[in-house]
Formats: sequence, structure tokens, C-alpha cells
Amino acid sequence: MEHLTHLADPQTIRQSLKAVIQLAEQYKKENGRIPVLMEVCGSHTMAFAKSGIKTILKDHVQLIAGPGCPVCVTDQKSIDAMIELSKDKNRILCTFGDMMRVPGSRFSLMDAKTEGKDIRVVYSPLDSIKIAQENPHKEVIFLGIGFETTIPVLAVTVQEAEKQALTNYSIWMSTKLVEPVLRELLNSKEINIDGFLLPGHVSVVTGKNNYNFLAEDFLISGVISGFEPIELLRGIYKLLHLLLNNKIDIINDYTYMVKNEGNRVAKKLMEHYFDYHDEAWRGIGVIPKSSLILKESYAQFDAQKKFHVSLSEPRKTKCRCGEIIRGMITPEECVLFNKGCTPLRPIGPCMVSTEGTCAAHYHYMREE
Amino acid sequence: MDQRISLAHGEGGELTHQLIKDVFLQAFGHQHHTQLDAAMIECKSKQLAITTDSYVVKPLFFPGGDIGKLAITGTVNDLAVSGATPQAITAGFIIEEGFSIKQLKTIVESMAKEAKNASVSIVAGDTKVVEKGSVDGLFINTTGIGFVKEKHQLHPERIQVGDSVIISGTVGDHGIAILSAREELGLLTNVQSDCASLNHIIQELMEEVDGIRVMRDPTRGGLATTLVELCEENHCTIELDECSIPVRQEVEGACDILGFDPLYLANEGKLVMIVDTNQKEMILEKLHNYDVTKDATVIGQIIECQKEVGKVVLKTPIGSTRRLFRLSGLLLPRIC
Repeated sequence: MEHLTHLADPQTIRQSLKAVIQLAEQYKKENGRIPVLMEVCGSHTMAFAKSGIKTILKDHVQLIAGPGCPVCVTDQKSIDAMIELSKDKNRILCTFGDMMRVPGSRFSLMDAKTEGKDIRVVYSPLDSIKIAQENPHKEVIFLGIGFETTIPVLAVTVQEAEKQALTNYSIWMSTKLVEPVLRELLNSKEINIDGFLLPGHVSVVTGKNNYNFLAEDFLISGVISGFEPIELLRGIYKLLHLLLNNKIDIINDYTYMVKNEGNRVAKKLMEHYFDYHDEAWRGIGVIPKSSLILKESYAQFDAQKKFHVSLSEPRKTKCRCGEIIRGMITPEECVLFNKGCTPLRPIGPCMVSTEGTCAAHYHYMREE
Repeated sequence: MDQRISLAHGEGGELTHQLIKDVFLQAFGHQHHTQLDAAMIECKSKQLAITTDSYVVKPLFFPGGDIGKLAITGTVNDLAVSGATPQAITAGFIIEEGFSIKQLKTIVESMAKEAKNASVSIVAGDTKVVEKGSVDGLFINTTGIGFVKEKHQLHPERIQVGDSVIISGTVGDHGIAILSAREELGLLTNVQSDCASLNHIIQELMEEVDGIRVMRDPTRGGLATTLVELCEENHCTIELDECSIPVRQEVEGACDILGFDPLYLANEGKLVMIVDTNQKEMILEKLHNYDVTKDATVIGQIIECQKEVGKVVLKTPIGSTRRLFRLSGLLLPRIC
């Protein structure tokens, strides 16, 4: 039996916190403002909120949640397309659980399922292959969302579909890549960021070298971090240390998981099956070469080529997820937060996803 | 070939009679209460406690229990935490056409065994069979009655600042056991459901110690939701110490992978109580005598009373506090 202590005893965590605050205070003294750091990954956002680090550091370090929640940045049109596709009784749609309650233009996939459409939640894309095998007379379509963490699994799924020569299986690719969106954020100059806490899971695939562009092209440092409170605090400490010493560097602080060159096998699989694509990000717009789609030679598994779906423009709401994803405002600044928009009746994707910034604030940082 | 339930088993005729005789009476035995259309129970106190619950858990069999055991422990515990001594239980079965009679027997035997453990009689029952696809296998409803002794009346109005919050063991075991058993997650754990009747332990505590203000069994919604409801009803604030809440390493690991919080996962054999802090040592000592409550520990205290809005706050290892709310927006259906 263990207690909820997470890798380090409370005393060590509190010592690390003290050390972070000390450096942050020094930064404030030298610069006349507190440092601004962005955590790119949605799981980091959740961990910051849940552990209480974000609350306790709020006067010392500004932590901004970045665009790293795959559900949050999935274009509304992908959801609309899936709902449209589900209208045909000979189709089974599969997706991750988090996607079910994300509102499309008018409905969510959950609404469509309640209406009787065959929409199934799977925990791994490979489960949708099994569904295709078991239902040879139906078209099985998987909504493939995710960053570099998930894309290799999609590649393996296509490989499996190819191996089994499935003709009733396809993926609606709506993947996202980290580097292009970080470039977009930095080029837009909408926000000032002093340093990045870089995503641990994505980096397992991409490797540390993938982030060298931050230091080389933008003169910004980054630390790849794990997800435990002690690791998050250490990541912040290392970033502050670099800032105070006027050094620019990319540090891998998740060394037991991340290599400089990443996971070569996964990268090779991605190269084999996918091509770069200009992708629409919810709340951000189209970013050139910011996603991967199936190569022409695998078009038979590409749902966007296999099925024709005509869609209208998404309906506008007061939801400010776009600005939240870009780090421009906090969830509390949105008029809908905890009023018109809650996890049970979400208006925007950030309130739905287990990695969404609004959900993090709703579950772990709310007073009322 | 395995015999299966047909629609005729629910028609009320010969096959129904046979099913009752071969499956239900075989396990539950003939009750002297059942000579009339309704069971007769002798009333042993001024106060009668009654509770009902439906069981739709999927899968029907899981590590540490099955739907039958759960249908008894769940109802028994609801009575017990209300201060009642469980007396009798009724059971309603809704069975899908085609369900295996062998499996039904196993489930009914498991109910009988647990009822015996908990010293309650199953005094009345009902069986309905519905067409294939109308239910998923088998659903059970149980209603339980119990009597509340004068001495066993709970006194939530006596909750005061400084009272201790005790949990009887690790949280989240049932939730993770069910998720692992569903296999679709590809999650391999050896976590067993904590599903157990706690009435004997609770009765011993009520007999031998004073100062138990209120008790709950933190089932659906987990420890956090249960305590939020308790605080709202009693207008008090509980501060929980995250570091002291017992969680199995496997449960914590599974939660990390799946994005769940052990504080919101279901328990089916746990007791959370608010007690006079002067009595906590004695209560813990008694709980530690039993296997199912051997990990009982103090996890927090009452820090405010007579508040307009009661609430629960959690002190994190880092030293900050955050408010806990009811479970919201987590998809985890059919865990009980």
C-alpha cells in the first residue's frame, strides 16, 4: 500500500518549491516582472493544476498553458464530418472517449450516438481494426487525432489494416505536430514567453533535437520535463536558472524516457505512411505543414479521400478556447467558464478534454 | 449443452416455477416468511431503515466479486452506514433471453453466500425475462430493510471542529478492478474489488465506542463526491491531507495511465466516518482487527462548522490546498 505522494516525499517537494520561488524572486528583482513560462503539453497543464503548483506559484511564475491538448485543437469540421458520416447505417465510427462530448458546429458525437448512430469509443486505434474485422459488411472509420505521441500508433494501425488487406477500414486523419504550432505562436508575437516546458510524451517520439529550433531560430530555452510534481518543479528551476544566467539551451530533464534522436522506429513508421499537410487548428487557423496525412499510395485507408462530405462553416459562439489555446487569456476570463460551459455541458473543447486548460481550471483551481 | 434462459422462464408458469425451485430456492432456501404473497418481518425497533439499489455492473464477474455479491454488499452497507442492523433483503432479477442458467446459478449462489456472511435473509424475489438485446445479460435490484437500535442512532448534528475523518482502507480498488476486468483497456492489474459487507464491523463499533457522528460508504463518485455531499448536508468543511489517503500502487499507476483520480473512483467495501477526535485511536484499533479494514487511517479533519455552504478542501503534498467538487464529466458507466 502506498499513499498519494508521487515519486518524492512532501518535504523534498516543498524544498524544491522553495528553491524555485527563490530564483523567481531574483528574476523579478532583475527584470521588474515575473517570468512567463509556457507548458506546451496538456498533461503538464493538468499536473500543474492538480498538484497545486500553479496556485502556489501564481505570484512568482506565470505559467501559461500551450496548444498541446489534441482534443482541444481538433478542428470543429472534423467532428462535423464524423457526424455527417455516421448518418449512413452501414458505417461504424470509432474515436477516443475524450472526443465524444466535444461540441461540433451543432452536435457532439455523443449527441449523435444518443440518436442511435453507431459511434464507438476505443482506447487504442488498433481496437478499431478488430471492429472492422468483425463487421466485414460495414465501413469502419476511425477519427485519428493526436500529436506525435499518437501518430506512430496510427501508423501501426494502417500497417495492420494493410497486412490484413482490409477494404472496409479507413482513418479520418486530423493529427497535429508540435514544432509548426510553436513556430506559429512565436512568429505571431501575440504573447511574450521567456521559456518553454516541453512535452515529455511527445519528446519520447521526436527526441530532444527536435526542439533545437527554439534556441537557434527564436533564442528561447526549453526543458523537456516529466509529469510528477517534483519533475515539474525541477523543470521550472532549470528554466529560471538558464534565464538568470542569460543562457539559451534545450535541456532534456526526462532522460529516463527521452533520447536526443527520439524513437527511430516510430519516426520511420511515420515517414513510411504519412506526408506533411497544411492543417486547420481549432481556434488558430490553418498552419502550413502542421499535420501528417496518409500518403497517396495508402489512399485506400484515407477516409477523407474515400468519402465525400460537404460541410458548412462552423457556428460562432462566445467560446474563447482559441485564445486560451494560444495562451492569450486564462479560462476565468471567458464569460462562459463555469457558467454556460462546464464539463457536463461543454461549449468549447478545452472544457471537455482531460488535458484541456478549462477542464484543469474547472476541476482543480475553482473556488466556487 | 449449457441450458439457457428462454422467454418462457419469465411467463409465470411451469418453467418459471422450475427456475425458482432449481436456481433461487436451491440457493436462498425456503423462508418461513414466504407463505404469503408478501414476506412478514417482525418489527424489532421503533425505527425501520429501508434502501434500494439496482445493479448493472459490466462485466458480471470481476476480480473480487460478481454482480450477485455486489447486490448484497451494496444494499447491506447502505443500511449499515445508516446505523441500521440489516434484517431482510428482496431481490428482483431482469434476465436477458439466452442467458446461461449455469451462470445465473453461480451468481445466485454468490448472493446466498454473501447474505449468509452478512446475516441477512433474502425473503422475497421476482424474476422477469426480456427479449434478447433488451438488457445486457442480467440486472439485479435489491431492497433491504434494517432496524435501528436507539443506541445506534447517528448524530451528524454533533459534528464539531477538530473531529477526525477516517477511511477504512485503500480507495479506488473497485473502480480499477472493474476497468481491468473489462479488458478493452488492455489494462492488466491484479487489483481485486474491495466489495464486502461491513455491517458486522460497523455494529461492533457502534456497540463499543461513542463519538461516531456520521458514516458513509463511498461508492459511485468515490471518496471525494461522498464527502462533498456529506459536507453540504451538514454545513461543515473538511480538510483532507492528500498524503495520508491510502491508495494501492497499482491503482495509482492505472489512474496515471488512464487519467483518472483515485478520489473519484468507486469503492464497494469502504467506510468513511466522521468521529470525535478523542475516540479515533480506539476506533482505528478496532478497525485494524479486521482484514477488510486493516488499512483504516485518519485522512483529515473538520475545520469549520455551521457554514452556509459546506465544502471539502484537499491539502496537496506541495502544501497548497484546492477545493474538491462532485465527480463531473467522467465517463465510467456501469461500475455497480
